[in-house]
Amino acid sequence: MKFGVVRFPGSCDEVDALQAAQRVGDAELLWYADRDLRGADAVIVPGGFSYGDYLRVGAIARFAPVMEEVERFARSGGPVLGICNGFQVLCEAGLLPGALLPNTSLRFLCKQVGLSVASAETAWTRACTPGQRLSIPVKHTTGRYYAPEPVLDEMEAGGQVTFRYAPGENPNGSARDIAGVSNAAGNVVGLMPHPEHAVDPLTGSEDGLRLFHSVAPALV
Amino acid sequence: MRARVLIRPKAGILDPQGQTVERALPALGFEGVSNVHVGRLVELDVEDPSKLDEMCERLLTNPLIEDYEIQS
Repeated sequence: MKFGVVRFPGSCDEVDALQAAQRVGDAELLWYADRDLRGADAVIVPGGFSYGDYLRVGAIARFAPVMEEVERFARSGGPVLGICNGFQVLCEAGLLPGALLPNTSLRFLCKQVGLSVASAETAWTRACTPGQRLSIPVKHTTGRYYAPEPVLDEMEAGGQVTFRYAPGENPNGSARDIAGVSNAAGNVVGLMPHPEHAVDPLTGSEDGLRLFHSVAPALV
Repeated sequence: MRARVLIRPKAGILDPQGQTVERALPALGFEGVSNVHVGRLVELDVEDPSKLDEMCERLLTNPLIEDYEIQS
């Protein structure tokens, strides 16, 4: 079981994601300019400020050479996780529905939040139970999840809402308290909170490991 | 050809930047201002203006959340 973690110019959470993945399997960094996933069984698009967030968050990174391979991998059913900026990139790439807008507060947020697992059917939440509460930090300025109302209805009906902020904890004004979503097939998941920063009791929570454990048995 | 692309948040999507500016103006004594929205301007020299729409759809804007207007 090998994870590939993408590194764009301006990524900053790729090493934490790499080390979190290494707790459950092998993991290697993937260079943005290479059209090569190096045999990865699962791909993580990490957080940060790819291409300086120029133009729009995720807008430039989505055209990086490595993303051609990530898109191919995702469309053939390979497990892909987008965290924070990675979530924004996957939305821009059309691999996930919706978009991320500036927080209603217009401020950068950095805090531990409670999440509720809305779907345990995705590749990245199989080790969770529906309704399970996870404690995971968020840190972002552009995390307000948006999709048009009919799309949200369709997503809810199809089980594509993967995580919600716990009641009263929506930090950014996201539609329907949505913190993370999946594609229809459930192999591609994106979320604003950072599971890779919640893998050791030293930093307050190990709940993020659930996502990494979820994908590992699915590939054995 | 010189072109300008005006990009604004789609109608109906909460625009906290616009709201903040709208609230700030009366604080300076400017009354009677409403419907403030803050967007972006992209200026570019372009050899084939017929490609501008495609540029807007594929990169310059996210059509899900933004509307654009090309001025040339």
